[in-house]
Formats: sequence, C-alpha cells, structure tokens
Amino acid sequence: MSWPATATELEKLGKAICKEAKGVFTGASTAFGELTLTAPAARVLEALSYLRHAQGFHQLIDLAGADYPERPLRFDVVYHLLSMTKNRRVRLKVQTDEDTAVPSVVSLFPAADWYEREAFDMYGIFFDGHPDLRRILTDYGFHGHPLRKDFPMTGYVEVRYDDELKRVVYEPVKSVEWRNWDFLSPWEGMEKGFSPALPGDEKVEK
Amino acid sequence: MTGQNAPAAATDLPSTIGEGETPVRKFNINFGPQHPAAHGVLRLVLELDGEVVERVDPHIGLLHRGTEKLIEARPYGQTIPYMDRLDYVAPMNQEHAYCLAIEKLLDVEVPYRALLIRTLYDEIGRILNHLLNVTTQAMDVGALTPPLWGFEEREKLMVFYERASGARMHANYYRVGGVRQDLPEALVRDIRDWCDHFPRICDDIEGLITGNRIFKQRNVDIGKVTRDEAIAWGFSGVMVRGSGIPWDLRRSQPYAAYNDMEFDVPLGVNGDCYDRYLCRMQEMRESTKIMMQCCDALLKSPGPVKAENNKITPPARGEMKRSMEALIHHFKLFTEGYRTPPGEVYACVEAPKGEFGVYLVSDGTNKPYRLKIRAPGYPHLQAMDWMNRGHMLADVSAILGSLDIVFGEIDR
Repeated sequence: MSWPATATELEKLGKAICKEAKGVFTGASTAFGELTLTAPAARVLEALSYLRHAQGFHQLIDLAGADYPERPLRFDVVYHLLSMTKNRRVRLKVQTDEDTAVPSVVSLFPAADWYEREAFDMYGIFFDGHPDLRRILTDYGFHGHPLRKDFPMTGYVEVRYDDELKRVVYEPVKSVEWRNWDFLSPWEGMEKGFSPALPGDEKVEK
Repeated sequence: MTGQNAPAAATDLPSTIGEGETPVRKFNINFGPQHPAAHGVLRLVLELDGEVVERVDPHIGLLHRGTEKLIEARPYGQTIPYMDRLDYVAPMNQEHAYCLAIEKLLDVEVPYRALLIRTLYDEIGRILNHLLNVTTQAMDVGALTPPLWGFEEREKLMVFYERASGARMHANYYRVGGVRQDLPEALVRDIRDWCDHFPRICDDIEGLITGNRIFKQRNVDIGKVTRDEAIAWGFSGVMVRGSGIPWDLRRSQPYAAYNDMEFDVPLGVNGDCYDRYLCRMQEMRESTKIMMQCCDALLKSPGPVKAENNKITPPARGEMKRSMEALIHHFKLFTEGYRTPPGEVYACVEAPKGEFGVYLVSDGTNKPYRLKIRAPGYPHLQAMDWMNRGHMLADVSAILGSLDIVFGEIDR
C-alpha cells in the first residue's frame, strides 16, 4: 500500500479496528500521520492478538514505557506494531500504575522479552507472565528506576576506583551538582495547544 | 543477578550413572565483557555441554549512559550529538531519525538539496558500517587482512565526514529543517571520484572472503533465521533481508530523497551468516550507486540546505552582524531553542543495522518529554540465545559478528 497513509485512511482503519474488536479498544486517534489506539491494560494481550492475527500487524517493532507522575495511572506502555504486508504502522497505548502488572505479550511476540525487561528496569512496570523479568540495562544490584520523572538525573550513587581497597567502590553522589537550566520564556508559545506557561494562565479561558 | 561464573551445581549431575560412564557436568563460561569478538562490552554467560552451546544469556548494559534520560533535560537542538554516540559506526543515520521525528512534529519542509545531502551521508554511513561489520566478522572467524583493507576505505569516508561537519565520527551535522551547512563543490567531486574506485575495493575484499574455504566453513548454514523467526523476533534490516524478506524502509516507506534514487535491494536465500555477509557486500555496491546519483544531482542543483524559517534554523552568521532580528533569532535559538506542539510521533530510518526509530513524546515545551530510541541491534542481540543453541562455541563469535552489534545503541 502507498506510503505515507493519509489521515482519512488511518481514521478509517482505526474505526474499523474499534468496531470489529468490540470492547477491546477504548479509542483510536490520528495525529501527525500516525494511528494511536488505546486499550485497558488488562486486555492488552487480546488487543495485540487481534491486531496481529486479524489485521496483519505481525511485527512488534518497539515497546516503550513513559512516566506521567501526575496521573493516577502514572505509566504508559506503548507498543509499536508494523505490518510489512500492508505497509502500515500502528501504536497501542495502555496505562498502568506502580503496582498493577500488565499482561506480558512474550507469548505473542517473542521480541517483547527484552523490551519488557527494559520497561521494568527503567520504570518499574511489572509484566505478568514474563518468563524472566530481571533488570537488563542497569548495573548489577542497582536500586530504583532511572527513567521515572522523580529519579534524579545524577542518580543516587557514583562509582570510583579505590586505590587502597583495589576495587571499585560505590558512594553517594557528591561530585556533581546538576544544573537544569530553564530556558523557557514565559511570554511565548502560548498559542492554542501549548501548555500554559505561567500559573494562572488557565483562568483566561474562564 | 546471577552468580559470577558459578560452577555448575551438583544437581546438574545425572542421578544415575551407568557402569563405565563418566559424570559430565555442564560448563558455564563467561564470554566477555572484554573479548575482542564481543564487538564492545558484552558479557555472555554461556552454558556448554562439552563444546556445544546449550544456553546463552547476554548481559548487556555495560555501556549504559542513560541517553534517554539526558535527552529529557535538554532543548531539542542540543540532543543531536547524543544521537551520534548511539551507533558510533554510522552516526549520521541516527541523527536523521531524530530530525525526522521533530520535523514531523513541527511540520517543517526540508529543501531538496538538504534531502540529497542527507541521502548521500546516510549511504556513506551505511558503507562505513558494512565495511566495519563485514571485515571484522571475517576477522572473528580467522581472517586478518580484510579489516586492514576495509579500514583504509573507512578512513577515506571519515575524511568526507570531517570535510562536511568538522568531525570524523560524531558529526552533529543534521539539523531540524536541513543540515548544518552546504557541501563545498570540491567535496562532492571527491566523493564522486571515490564512488568510481570503490567497487574495485569491494571486488578485492570479496576476492579475499567470498569464495574463501575457511570463511564458508565458518559461516554457511550457521545462525540460520527463517522468515517467520525474523518477523517474530522483531528483526529488521539485513537480518530480515538475509532471510529473503523484501523489506527495506528506503523502498517501502521512503524518506529523504530515496524516492528518486535507483537501487536494488539485495536479498538472501538461506538466512545464514553467509547470506547476510553477501547482502552486506551487495548493499555497499548499491549504496555506491545511490551516492553517485546524489553527487550528480548535488552538482547540478545549488540551493538552500536548511528550511528558511529562523524560528527553527539559525540565521547566517553574516546576517547576524547586520540584522537585529537575526541576532534575536540566534539568541533565542541557542538559549530556549524551539517548542514543538504537544503530541507523539514515531519516526524511523533504515539505518545500516536495521530499523532505527525514535518515539518522541512532546509536552509543548522546548525539551522532549520522553524519547525512546528503538535500536535495531537490541532485538537482534536478544536472539543470541535461540540462534546459538546447538551450535559450537566457536560459532558464537561468527553469529555475534553477523548480527552486527554495536553497544552504543543497544545500551544507550
């Protein structure tokens, strides 16, 4: 099929998916030429299985976590699927929190194995039914989940080689002071759609 | 955390041993993290039955730098250099994916000449990568000369990188809306001349490896991947084409100027290490063809190389000296940068190793809210376990080499 897909084609596909798999998906939206589907976390296996078997999205390209601490369900798990035969991509998003496990999709897409381990390592998202949910990218014995928004950029420990002990030692971070410049100017970018820059801006609409 | 090189537990021993039989225990050995055939810092925990591999547990993350976290704290323009440091063998291809993602968000039109330059440098990156991979994989299985020959050409290509961007590897050359600066005509001509002579080098390297008895012994029928496996395990790039799946993002989901280029997509038949090697060799020849077309087009079509929108691309230096507006634009761009509309995009390119994608979530500020880097090597390395089962210990390095692994992008 032609690439890129037009917005109308994607909307049609999204509607068809929502209609055909009734109740599995909670919504479909098209933005920036991409189709995003949402589903409840508990039904993710059903949703992906439908996309794979009925819609031909046979490859799991990517699985990403994302953290929105202000939400009650703070984590997004984002699945990117690709259909080589239809030449289409689709994104599925589900939400979860720190305690609720998302069903693992390893049985459906073996490629999800390491991606889920990574999401667990980086965000602490649990995956129910994963064969081997260990940390993957961080150090042996690492504490915390580094990509969470409340995890400090510098981390909690730093390592150095101790010449007396003749080994690498872990110590609390003291060498770096993290400088986070806020370059955002408050008087620009307040056009529609952009986040309000100053507290109280939301009152304009009232 | 698993035990450090723990000897097999006594429970692994068979409970009943017949007369005249010797108790055999499985070996657990560490491959890496400082092994030359590990192509970086990879620790493989291998479980061996004699010399036959029974299980592979790759321990990755030894090069984890937290790129995704760092990117969340910097304006868009300042994060392009991080992209170079992912797959440091073909840096500009990664920058391309990142720029595409932001351009998608901002809906910027990139001038055609910039698209040509990007195409040209993407292909240079591809040859850089394949030269390194093909020749060092040959070294992993015992050949010494190919890397010496291949690296001579890599050196020349890096000089082209340097002449365009000022840096041999970490180029930081692509910009949102185009590229940093135009290529001098002499450089385009030199690249064109290089393209004329490179196919002969390919012939030389192929003469060394392709028919070589030892190379074939070590690679034919090793690490076979079927079509279904390649799809199920999220493979991309040469790893799917080696198994005979005609899938190339440059062809099926074209970006930059690939729509106007003529090139073939080489496919393998058996999906083994040898076919993947052949694909890579042929891809280098195809890349040379694309580069020639780009050079010819670049010589004919002068024009701007960045979007003429000073909210996104900085004004020319000379203009800044005269125009107050240009000066303000420059100041704003290099402090605050630019804002993107809120939303999320996924943009990908056919990097030499496979599909390199960027999933970008914007919250409407000047920094990415979340940036997930989809590195092609990550799912490939994941397959080490089942690809190696039943193979001999010596095949581990052959398979690892043909997966085309670089830890900059896997560990991020």
